[in-house]
Amino acid sequence: MVTKVLMEALSPTMEEGKLLTWLKQEGDEVTAGDVLAEVETDKAVMELQARGAGVLRRILAADGATVAVGSIVGIIADPDEEIPDLPTAGAPKEKPAAAPKQPAEPAAAPDAAPTSPPSPQPEVPAPAGGRVKASPLARRMASERGLDLSRVAGSGPGGRIVKRDVEGTEAAAPTAAGAYEDVELSQLRKTIAKRLVQSLGPIPHFFLTTEIDMERAADAREALNALGDGPKISFNDIVMKVVAAALRQHRACNAWWLDGKIRYFEDVHLSMAVAIPDGLITPVIRHADRKSLREIATEARQLAERARERKLTPEEYTGGTFSVSNLGMFDIEHFTAVINPPEAGIVAVGSIVERPVVADGELEVRKRMRLTMSCDHRVIDGATGAQFLQTVKRMLENPLALVW
Amino acid sequence: MSNTFDVIILGGGPAGYVCAIRCAQLGLSTAVVEREKLGGVCVNVGCIPSKALLHAAYVANLVRHDAKTLGVTVGEPTLDFGVAVKHSRKVADQNSKGVGFLMKKHKVTVIQGEGTVQQGRKVKVGGETYTATKGLVLATGTRVKGIPQIGLELDGERIISTNEALFLDEAPESVAIIGAGAVGCEFADMLNAFGTKVTLVEILPHILPLEDDEAADALAKSFKKRKIEMLVSAKVKGAKVGDEGVTLEIEAGDGTKSITVEQVLIGAGRQLNTDGSGLAEAGITLTKQGFVEVDAQLRTSADRVYAIGDIAGPPMLAHKGSREGVFVAELIAGKTPHPIRYDNIPSVTYCHPEVASVGLTEAQCKEQDLDYVVGRFPFSANGRARASLETEGFVKIIRDKRYGEILGAHIVASHASELIHELVVARENEYTVEEVDLAVHAHPTLSEAVAEAALDSLGRVIHI
Repeated sequence: MVTKVLMEALSPTMEEGKLLTWLKQEGDEVTAGDVLAEVETDKAVMELQARGAGVLRRILAADGATVAVGSIVGIIADPDEEIPDLPTAGAPKEKPAAAPKQPAEPAAAPDAAPTSPPSPQPEVPAPAGGRVKASPLARRMASERGLDLSRVAGSGPGGRIVKRDVEGTEAAAPTAAGAYEDVELSQLRKTIAKRLVQSLGPIPHFFLTTEIDMERAADAREALNALGDGPKISFNDIVMKVVAAALRQHRACNAWWLDGKIRYFEDVHLSMAVAIPDGLITPVIRHADRKSLREIATEARQLAERARERKLTPEEYTGGTFSVSNLGMFDIEHFTAVINPPEAGIVAVGSIVERPVVADGELEVRKRMRLTMSCDHRVIDGATGAQFLQTVKRMLENPLALVW
Repeated sequence: MSNTFDVIILGGGPAGYVCAIRCAQLGLSTAVVEREKLGGVCVNVGCIPSKALLHAAYVANLVRHDAKTLGVTVGEPTLDFGVAVKHSRKVADQNSKGVGFLMKKHKVTVIQGEGTVQQGRKVKVGGETYTATKGLVLATGTRVKGIPQIGLELDGERIISTNEALFLDEAPESVAIIGAGAVGCEFADMLNAFGTKVTLVEILPHILPLEDDEAADALAKSFKKRKIEMLVSAKVKGAKVGDEGVTLEIEAGDGTKSITVEQVLIGAGRQLNTDGSGLAEAGITLTKQGFVEVDAQLRTSADRVYAIGDIAGPPMLAHKGSREGVFVAELIAGKTPHPIRYDNIPSVTYCHPEVASVGLTEAQCKEQDLDYVVGRFPFSANGRARASLETEGFVKIIRDKRYGEILGAHIVASHASELIHELVVARENEYTVEEVDLAVHAHPTLSEAVAEAALDSLGRVIHI
């Protein structure tokens, strides 16, 4: 496996580091944790450790070179493995902008990661000076789609990012999603983000699971469907309605992680994962928080149908602020879903199963459903996510909450 | 002299000679084979001499109409097309010699004669055979042709091509020009100014059928004022050459009419020079339309043989050919040239007013179901245009509604050919209408209208 050796932020305020001495040479075998080099930060001389095992195949920054945090300074890989051809990290005189991190692609998750159609994240050449070259049109499109340009490989003259590069990443590039507030990152948030990214791929996921009693939701659904004057309402429709309503109360979970800031949305645009023959797509129910259960049911059905017919327009599958993924129909009781960036959260809905539970000291058989929320820890902290999930649980256990 | 070169280019027109210079710059030993004059059709019997004649037409109209208003009274002008032609020949010859000078300067060998391609990148010229080791570039261009199917075989007297029109001693009393594309319209403009009664015959519903309808209409309006007759959606059914001239049977709209003119000028269609140079024998295949078949790198079906310019496909424009020449030269030299953006090649018709455009027409935007906004600015509201009595025309910018991308730009103006490039540069660099506006435009200039049209598309036009 290829492991890139990055210039890490060895102090919270460090923006660049000076590579004093490489302690390992090209060709040396290394194991995770080995000290590769000594790095001078703004505060002290620190050790740069290997994050993977293999052979130190390439050293991309010479002794004495100053490189931006996040720049690739070396490559660890198996002896015969093909490794990307990367330019040497320079010793820029001018202060480089924080260089993008491009850790290896997250391992393909076995679960229903609702990544919208193939979202190519092209290998980013280590930007020598950290400057992102992009055309005005590309910048405009990227900013409106919440796309981090430092993660896009440019195909224009001299690596300039042009329209087609941004279009190529459209899948992961949600469109504008209405009113929002951008909050600049505090130093603490930045450090947390950096640390977590180092520990767990590009998005530091954590997971919260709760088991919900679905008796009353089932009763409500049955009653509504018995009216027979509208679309059939599924459990997933109810979950989506509840999630949208709960997000309205927990803005902290209705957000995007963008480069250098977090964008909190006023409106809820719910992405729903739909399995299609050769993959997955996440059409978006816009303003889901303002729609009735019936409207959500109708729209969800239409979007799913259009998705399977591959007729969705980009506007229909981009711009979501939070996702719902459901594998209940496959009798999956519990799973974790992979976050659909730049969204910060997704709930994975399991099947409803009859389970023995103790209620008021009595053993009862009740309809129960497990809900697991994946959170981007850079945006959502444990308690924040838990409070949101608690609201979801309360609403589902007492659907009348939707009326009041 | 050795008969082996790194690169041999067949054809010394704007595609071929530019390719040769770029090859030489990149250190390749280069030869150009030319059967006529260096500079090709463009320099000798196309772009350049016609511009000289169009300028004469401009001066004729200036003296006739506007001079008096400007306080310069000179009376009814005496017009002599032959003298104008003499000037145009001088310019063309100067330019052709200039190309020869450039060849010398860059140490490009010029082989005069008709080249025949042979297998293995060999070219036979007369008794000599030359070999290209790194690349053979075909740039043979086009020649004039008649329309014999409807009785319009070129005879050089009554039924003429631009080759003859550019050498006329005097302007004919009347002429029918078949085809109202750029060439047809330019000749209509110049001959009309020299007193010829002009009838333009176009099979499609608009003159300048490739241009935006609004732009074409603006030119049509101007032509009408000058009494140039335009028959659109008109089909020539037959032609008869008699003592008095040529009688054409033309089916237009509601019926067939017959007109008799002194001469007929064929202004549409050119014959590709893909015959007689041994292409098939050398294993070079053609497309159904008759162009040399090339891939995105302009490579033909034969090893290290390239095609550029008109024979490589539309648009058949000198500047497109020149760019292809540079592209192929860099490719042969082992570089990775920037791909040519065929959707960003400007086209210009040098009438009065000129018509210039780049990108999509509004009709194409509609066809492609694009979400667009149009911004316009008329030169009647532009101070500089009013000062020089050149208020005909407008700038029209079609932008993408969401991102402001410039989808197409259409300019009708006295100097549209010069104004269009701001928008070509903008498109090449993906500037949006906002960047066009943000760049400060000098006052008073015609270019201000470009910025104003960009602003108009944003709903913020200042001067109307």
